[in-house]
Amino acid sequence: MQKLYSKNSHSGQVNKKMVPKDETIRFLLDYSKALSVIDYNKLKFEALLN
Amino acid sequence: MKENKPTDAVLVSAYIQGDETALSTLIVRHKQRIYSFIYSKVYDRDVTEDIFQDTFIKVIKTLKKGAYNEEGKFLPWVMRIAHNLVIDFFRKNNRMPKFENKDDFNIFSVLSDSSLNAEKSLIKGQVEEDVRKLIEELPDDQKEVLMMRIYKEMSFKDISEQTGVSINTALGRMRYALINLRKVIEKHNIILTN
Repeated sequence: MQKLYSKNSHSGQVNKKMVPKDETIRFLLDYSKALSVIDYNKLKFEALLN
Repeated sequence: MKENKPTDAVLVSAYIQGDETALSTLIVRHKQRIYSFIYSKVYDRDVTEDIFQDTFIKVIKTLKKGAYNEEGKFLPWVMRIAHNLVIDFFRKNNRMPKFENKDDFNIFSVLSDSSLNAEKSLIKGQVEEDVRKLIEELPDDQKEVLMMRIYKEMSFKDISEQTGVSINTALGRMRYALINLRKVIEKHNIILTN
């Protein structure tokens, strides 16, 4: 059989079931818990409490 | 019976009030669409993971700072952030030096693989074997000088010291060795090229 040297187009290849890794979500939730925004005289400071 | 789920707007305001579980619900609710959207642009799992993470870091910061206004909907807003980060990713990649071959110049004409392929290394081995056989046919004094000069890479000064002859004699023996080799090669039509 002849070889195909062309690449398949990406269209239609995206799996609808694709989800981020659990560790990414866990990181985001932990990050959210650790982040606190301090309001001081109309200035906002970010503080990561870890 | 259909479960009554809180809307995104309710969850967002709950999160702003300090309810961390609201964020978890929002992420779980929309992760698939956002992740697939990013992947459909970059086609790389690791990059998708990074952009997904950066997107939500931006979401979290904006919400915690109280800079989010519920004008639009939550999901389109997050999608827009993701979209902008995807654009940033491609911009950053374009800034990286990338060499494309043009019609007038091809990088592969300058870069070449210097290692021999299987056939060429086989031929090289055969040629070297033939040369060694030819050298064996030389008179001993010429052979000795040639071996020292070519295979041991000795200087003519060292050769003269080791063989006990003058430098000129060593040079002369080398010269005759090469002449004799050429003669034999021409006589027998031996091809010694790779």
